[in-house]
Amino acid sequence: MTMAREPATEAPLPASARVPAPRPGAGIRIDGVSLTFRGARTAHVLDAVDLDVAPNEVIGLIGPNGCGKSTLLRVLAGLVPADGGRVALDGDPVTGPDERVGLVFQEPRLLAWRTAEENVRFPMELAGWSGERQRARADDLLGLVGLREFARAKPSTLSGGTRQRVSIARALALEPRVLLLDEPFSALDALTRERFNLELLRLWERTGTTILVVTHSIPEAIFLADRVVVMSPRPAHVVADIRVELPRPRRLTDLDSALVSSLAADVRAHLVDTTDDRIAMAEAATAVTAGARPGTRARHADTEPGTPAWFDPFRPEDEA
Amino acid sequence: MSGAQAVPGSTTAEAPGLPRRRRLLGVAWPVAASLAAFVIAWQLVVLVSGLQSFILPGPLTVAQRFVKAWTDGTMWPHVAQTLVEILLGFAIGATIALAVGVLLARSRLAERLLSPYLVAAQATPVLALAPLIVLWFGNGLPSKLVITTLIVFFPVAVATMVGIRSVDPRLLEMARSFRATGWQTIARVEVPAALPAILGGMRVGVTLAVIGAIVGEWAGGEKGLGVLINIARASLFDTPLMFAALAQLALIGVTLYLVMVLIERRLVGDR
Repeated sequence: MTMAREPATEAPLPASARVPAPRPGAGIRIDGVSLTFRGARTAHVLDAVDLDVAPNEVIGLIGPNGCGKSTLLRVLAGLVPADGGRVALDGDPVTGPDERVGLVFQEPRLLAWRTAEENVRFPMELAGWSGERQRARADDLLGLVGLREFARAKPSTLSGGTRQRVSIARALALEPRVLLLDEPFSALDALTRERFNLELLRLWERTGTTILVVTHSIPEAIFLADRVVVMSPRPAHVVADIRVELPRPRRLTDLDSALVSSLAADVRAHLVDTTDDRIAMAEAATAVTAGARPGTRARHADTEPGTPAWFDPFRPEDEA
Repeated sequence: MSGAQAVPGSTTAEAPGLPRRRRLLGVAWPVAASLAAFVIAWQLVVLVSGLQSFILPGPLTVAQRFVKAWTDGTMWPHVAQTLVEILLGFAIGATIALAVGVLLARSRLAERLLSPYLVAAQATPVLALAPLIVLWFGNGLPSKLVITTLIVFFPVAVATMVGIRSVDPRLLEMARSFRATGWQTIARVEVPAALPAILGGMRVGVTLAVIGAIVGEWAGGEKGLGVLINIARASLFDTPLMFAALAQLALIGVTLYLVMVLIERRLVGDR
């Protein structure tokens, strides 16, 4: 794998990018959402989470390791059904994966055999768009994330950051009204990460989606968000909802302001730091894989796939 | 093509910068050298042992017989028959195996129901089944296709199943987040992701298809290289012809294998 094919010029968003008139983002209402994973070890993950997000708002979701932030995002995306409570977008309940929601994962999750452009077209193909419409939209999106010249590159030739841009373009393919990001830049180095956060805000200004971003970084949450929502250790609920009164458009230098440090102190005060590995391990062991095949015991989608055996009656999965 | 033509020190590894022809030469000369060494050793064994030509003919005798069999029209009908059996049997076997492999990968129940039979079928030598199959399906093409299909089926089905099982669940979750249907997931994520494994199984399968065709012909048939080998050995006492047919068979096997490798490189080489 050859890395380091980062676009040379980082003019984040070429003005030439043609972007369709922004559709307003959708409002999100999370109402008493609870979730318990049942399995060999039962885990109570979400405990009556309440959160209202206004259209076009940017929310930074922060909480200790393994508290269930990612799970909450999956409930919002319709990938994991909640046991109790309601999730609604603009008043319509979310009952499954929804066209109005675009999801960006921690890893780019690109299809290795497709070029950048073909990866961006993937959701459009699934939705049955015409080839012409796919091409035009993919071209717009690649322009939006500054990757037109990499349209024909395979993921293995792109750097980690560039791949994540492709995955963001893909998430925006069907013009979602809500963009959910699960620690999207956590694999990037600090400088690249700052730049990507800045780009994300530019993207938000252009597309007008509501954004919910899960992060581990307090400054990142403050820099991006209108509100920083702090969650408790598992079972997760909202412990603090802190408004960030920084003017927009934001600049990286804003992070040095006194307001930011006092906000950060406020967030930190609510953030219970659990370094309890048992919690994280319990999540990995019991969480539900989205799309688990019928009859298989759920496996967490974030764990690497094991080596599959063929016709092995002694395989532990089969005992369940 | 001889070693003298090759660029000194050129190896298969220094691919990128070299022009295509020189690269091919670099690959070709070790192959040519090993082939030459094999023929020389063969000739030496014949000379030293003093074996009669009807027991072990020398390479030159076989080569002459090979050319004669092609020019007098003996070879072609048999080659054509065997090729049809191999290619058709492989196509049928691999197609069914692909479908069953997908089914096995996605359904534990199917795996539990079918696996014992698959293992049993694989453990039973095709050689032992062949006479029965010929008894049921006759002397013609159908029995050969059944045998070839059977023998191709297992490696391709298992490769497909294992390949699809090892697809990263994170990709499946990604596809689901974009509302992929079951078929879309199979066709656009699982099978493409498992393609390297599937093609690996097919590479094994295509060489087994050659064996399947010959076994079928031995169990009963009127045409084909297996039949030709039998005739040459048992009724004509033409051992050089038998060797020529064997060489032809090896040639077919190697060619098909190389074609599979080329397809593999073309489809999954640049991942």
